[in-house]
Amino acid sequence: MRRSLQLLLAAMLGAGIPVAAQLPVPEIPFDSAADPLKFPETIPLGEAAGVATNSKGDVFVYTRTGHPTVSLGTSRAFAHGGSRLFQFDRSGKFVREIGQESYGFMFAQQVRIDPQDNIWTVDQMSTMVIKFDPNGQVQMLLGRKAEAVPLPAPAVAPPAAAGGEGRGAAPAPAAGGGGAGRGGGPPGAGVAQDVFQRPADVAWDAAGNIYVADGMGNNARVAKFDRNGKFVKSWGSRGTATGQFNMVHGIAIDAQGNVYVADSGNKRIQVFDGEGTFKTQIVGVGTPAALCITPGPRQYLYSSNSNPPDDIDVAGEIYKMELSGRIVGKFGRAGKQMKEFGTVNAIDCRSENELYVGETGNWRVQKLTLRSN
Amino acid sequence: MKRCLTFLSVVVAVLFAGSAFAQSKAKAQNVPEIPHEIRPFLKLPPGMYLGEAIGVATNSKGHVFVYTRSANTRLFEFDQNGAFVREIGEGNYGFEFAHSVRVDPQDNIWVVDEGTNMVIKFNPAGRVVMVLGHRPEAVAGAVPAPTGPQPPAEKYLFRRPTDVAWDPQGNIFVSDGYVNHRVVKYDKNGRFITQVGSEKSGSEPSQFNTPHGIAVDLQGNVYVADRANQRMQVFDNNLVRKAIYDNIGNSWTVCVSPGPHQYLFTSNSNPNGNTPGSWDITGEIYKMELDGTIIGKFGHASKVPGGFQVVHMLDCRNPNEIIVAEIESWRVQKITLKPQAPAKTSVAR
Repeated sequence: MRRSLQLLLAAMLGAGIPVAAQLPVPEIPFDSAADPLKFPETIPLGEAAGVATNSKGDVFVYTRTGHPTVSLGTSRAFAHGGSRLFQFDRSGKFVREIGQESYGFMFAQQVRIDPQDNIWTVDQMSTMVIKFDPNGQVQMLLGRKAEAVPLPAPAVAPPAAAGGEGRGAAPAPAAGGGGAGRGGGPPGAGVAQDVFQRPADVAWDAAGNIYVADGMGNNARVAKFDRNGKFVKSWGSRGTATGQFNMVHGIAIDAQGNVYVADSGNKRIQVFDGEGTFKTQIVGVGTPAALCITPGPRQYLYSSNSNPPDDIDVAGEIYKMELSGRIVGKFGRAGKQMKEFGTVNAIDCRSENELYVGETGNWRVQKLTLRSN
Repeated sequence: MKRCLTFLSVVVAVLFAGSAFAQSKAKAQNVPEIPHEIRPFLKLPPGMYLGEAIGVATNSKGHVFVYTRSANTRLFEFDQNGAFVREIGEGNYGFEFAHSVRVDPQDNIWVVDEGTNMVIKFNPAGRVVMVLGHRPEAVAGAVPAPTGPQPPAEKYLFRRPTDVAWDPQGNIFVSDGYVNHRVVKYDKNGRFITQVGSEKSGSEPSQFNTPHGIAVDLQGNVYVADRANQRMQVFDNNLVRKAIYDNIGNSWTVCVSPGPHQYLFTSNSNPNGNTPGSWDITGEIYKMELDGTIIGKFGHASKVPGGFQVVHMLDCRNPNEIIVAEIESWRVQKITLKPQAPAKTSVAR
């Protein structure tokens, strides 16, 4: 019976029909380690926006902490600060801070580690993607921080397309276009360069090409760059059709170079090839926010149905899927206790059954051990 | 000189600098004065200063926690003798504009920050173990504060919250606040249970106009300082109204002492800005029975030590040793209450 359903699902996938989770989804039992990261007394963890591990098992946390500030007494208002990047070893011992006082650290969104153990941060507010080498030296920058911030902020234009639920993050004011008009493209298509609007995530294919999820503001696209940061192409615009997006919240790439995009506002994961050709979409997993694909010969896809910051009585669970979109199981729910999640923003799945989960709602990183169900 | 203001502080300062709370003389007449001694007792290390002393609370060991608005909002711990122990939460993402600090029966330290709209629970070691609310996202920029009718208050978001309290079961009560006008009850794990009041201010029973402080007694009754309505409202554990005490002036803050005989304290604080004549009719703190019976009062408005200059919060873990934090004198004082009516019989000394 189950096998035939799987076959049916596989057939549906092959036909390009959206896969909906109609079956009862198995619960994956799991544990959460107590106090997995030992923060020094003097270092506070704020909203744990990004978490990732490198090949040695070191854990990197990009956190919204401290005080995002603007300076007065100047002709323009200059904004700085507000986020920090920390490294821990695999036992949770604090190793160091990276990028202290960085010009590009303002509103942490994500951290990812590439196969060469370079550390990449994505910052919504500075609109920058920063590549640090394993020693913590800046190697490459994508995007540029706006020179100054308008005070007060301009009124926010409502999203062009319906479908979202106002997941707490309203589109940012356009600080340099990106909406309709600029570049002549449709709304959200952005411009053919590394100008982002609240970028959300970064991933790489086997050749080292860089894919940026762009993003949570006025852009609704995936931007592709070569390994040297040269713009290659971008795809997507704001909307609900296939190949369109409504809040590009996360991105992950499998060993074949397929690109999985968390299209939060449209409650789906869209899958493309490396050139942006639509292949399929996965629905029925709530509002995908954080994505992760495991390494290894048999890859799995994790996706969080993150609860919005204003509610812990809905959603919150994380799904484990095969790359086809077939759901293996789910675990967790929204809440504040251990093994509950407060607006998951990042998942690290370098080890299939040992996940790090970053929560903005609960200001913590949980280290989860999934047990076989 | 580098002067930094947060986005939120800018908004707060611009929009609320001019707001005034009318202050009134308490209706209660012929309230006996409680004899007392007042002394400053915090010993700050050289180079450390308090700013506006907004929140004050003690733990079971008598350590004193002060949540203060200095260049940055900061949380300090002192021992029972006033010696500085440590700073907690330096650089915390939720610290922006202090409003309250309270210590629960397990000695967890809770702060309420009206700049970030957050309630943060630290364990006794000073680590964050739970947060309620959500700081508005800086990436949205310096967004003007909302004007006009407010959208409905949300279960898990605050709008300039003011204070926090717990019942014996650990349920959490938050007074919220300057923009919402309600009290919210959560279970001990932070799940919404119920609320009273709404996003609208009002002066009817079970409505609020700036619920500014909150405390819970051992029966689980909830006492709310309904500041701009010049009263205190009392609710049962499910936030059903039980009583209104409206003879104590503007109730700025409320404290309920531990048992077995619990007392209720509230401050008719003199208003910010020292409006003409306000010192003559405000500034006193009332000691009451839980049923609203006034036992006595103490203190008066004054800038010099010994007086009170806009009391913002008080601690009454020991009902005869009250610790008072003042906004405008940037200080914390300890008040030792003496027996009101000395016994006629001679007592060996």
